[in-house]
Amino acid sequence: MVEVRFVQGNEACALGAIAANCRFFAGYPITPSTEIAEQMSILLPKYGGSFVQMEDEIASAGAIIGASWSGMKAMTATSGPGISLMQENIGYGFITETPIVIINVQRGSPSTGQPTMSAQADMMQARWGSHGDYEPIALAPSSVQEFFDFTIKAFNLAEKYRVPVTVLADEVVGHMREKLVIPDDIEIVARKRPEKVDGQYLPFDAPECGTTPMPAFGDGFNIHVTGLTHDERGYPDTNDPESHTKLVERLCNKVLMNRKDICSVKKELCDDADIVIVSCGSPYRSVGAAIKKAREEGIKVGSLKIDTPWPFPEEEIREIAKTAEDIIVPEMNLGQMVHEVERVAAGEANVHLIGKIGGILHKPEEILAKIKEIKG
Amino acid sequence: MAKQENPYKKYLREDRLPHIFCPGCGNGIVMNTFFKGLEGTDIDFDNIAMVSGIGCSSRVPGYVKCDSLHTTHGRALSFATGLKVGNPDLDVVVFTGDGDAASIGGNHLIHAARRNINLTVICINNNIYGMTGGQISPTSPKGSFGTTAPYGSRDLPFDLAELVSAAGASYVARWTTTHPIQLSKAIQKGLENEGFSFIEVVSQCPTYFGRKNKMKTPLSMHQYIKENSINKRRAEKMDESELEGKIIVGEFTNKPHKELSANIKELVEENSNKGLAIKSAFEELD
Repeated sequence: MVEVRFVQGNEACALGAIAANCRFFAGYPITPSTEIAEQMSILLPKYGGSFVQMEDEIASAGAIIGASWSGMKAMTATSGPGISLMQENIGYGFITETPIVIINVQRGSPSTGQPTMSAQADMMQARWGSHGDYEPIALAPSSVQEFFDFTIKAFNLAEKYRVPVTVLADEVVGHMREKLVIPDDIEIVARKRPEKVDGQYLPFDAPECGTTPMPAFGDGFNIHVTGLTHDERGYPDTNDPESHTKLVERLCNKVLMNRKDICSVKKELCDDADIVIVSCGSPYRSVGAAIKKAREEGIKVGSLKIDTPWPFPEEEIREIAKTAEDIIVPEMNLGQMVHEVERVAAGEANVHLIGKIGGILHKPEEILAKIKEIKG
Repeated sequence: MAKQENPYKKYLREDRLPHIFCPGCGNGIVMNTFFKGLEGTDIDFDNIAMVSGIGCSSRVPGYVKCDSLHTTHGRALSFATGLKVGNPDLDVVVFTGDGDAASIGGNHLIHAARRNINLTVICINNNIYGMTGGQISPTSPKGSFGTTAPYGSRDLPFDLAELVSAAGASYVARWTTTHPIQLSKAIQKGLENEGFSFIEVVSQCPTYFGRKNKMKTPLSMHQYIKENSINKRRAEKMDESELEGKIIVGEFTNKPHKELSANIKELVEENSNKGLAIKSAFEELD
């Protein structure tokens, strides 16, 4: 039965996690994501799952990876300094191909910054935060409903590609209350157990652009999992340049070569648009009103909303750059995703940033003003 | 004479040999005592899962034929916490060292002890960072030399057994590589204890600690360790000056109390809807 509720974004995230079959949460209190931990501590025991408040965010990221190898879907949630602390273990998740979900409710930064205010200043950290070459998956919700939907999608992508997936929310989405519709037919991706063939199983033997089923510890496969560069058996193989290249390229390609399946954008009124507003997460909330007013004044403006900042939806941006003259990128930072848009647009369209920091969302008038300035 | 094979070879990933440990390293002795201790218990070897961090001691699980998680530096206990809580039926053993457990992982160590989570932690304490080439560690004795203490360490070392006891662990013992019988018995007790068990093994690193501290051979290091070891019962009658530079060995704590994963299980049983099975990642939704 479809259930309709009026909830806070962080609560919707916890409900989404439970719906996605998450049965382990480890976390550490931090504003503005704490409500997710609180909700999980209430919900998990009721659903037969485990909640552990860890000693810090480093431990939280480690615990969810351990729990994932125990055969559980596992998640943590954090903000600001917490996500910085988690970066090393997130990298461990990539090289060991461990499905985990990390919720980052972004806040004003750097450092302790503005704990109760919103920002989108971790967009590039979600891409490059841990050391080394890797291709992350990240989803950015712009509403309470999307925080629920994208949390489920994050679990599904994590399982399908065996990668850590980040939900890049922000304080606006985390703390606002809105209508949430919980559908009765949620698609959930279950983990696949490998088949044992004559006692032989290679836990990291995967096709060039793919991954391989993973067992749980205790299933009898006796596997070795290491953060060192490893061969298809999982054994350390750190001095052979070819082994390292083969492994890291595969880990990147399994995300990059599946962009079509992973990437998601929402296009509105783009067909005739001279100007397209490319937004991601909360700023999208102000785009609609700005477009409506601009169109009332005869300026043809459209919107492209990026659901999945990583991997970056290059093809969709390239298309827009060909048809529009100008692209406006409103973001709650001093310019991060705008550089990706510029890179992909490659001079085909003029790219304009509306960078806003301080913690308050863009107003529709601010976007409209930029539209008029361009048309000026 | 027929060549005698190590009875514990069956537990090893033979396709990973030869190992990376230096000649004279204490890790082999600790592995043998671990297998001996394990065989003294009712635990099925197939039910063992090992977790480790970074360092020479953390390389041990890679050579053992069980599920093994070789994690990030200092964080083995965090990963092990998730693994054990996720599947309390597993017998989770953590191999760590003095740098891994007490320096970068010190916070995780005291909190895992506080929660009394049912893990068996074997901490091979060689008083030095071996993997990176002989730097001073948080257990290096005052006055000892390392590549980052060229004039001798001026810091006071941690007493790991006392630290972990104070933090709430239910079983704590310290022995050395010169006490293999007592050590394997302590490991057996640790494996049998339903709670956080911490077994500190003072071990030799002739390559780095020995070379920097005028004990170049494994034998001279063994002699030093053996001569300076004092049983806890005897040590209790000695004053501080007499105990300076000594290694107090024995059982420090043996006070079983309820452990974390059992507490969580109880919480779930009290709160979950009847008949609601715990869903693993492998299960489809209803």
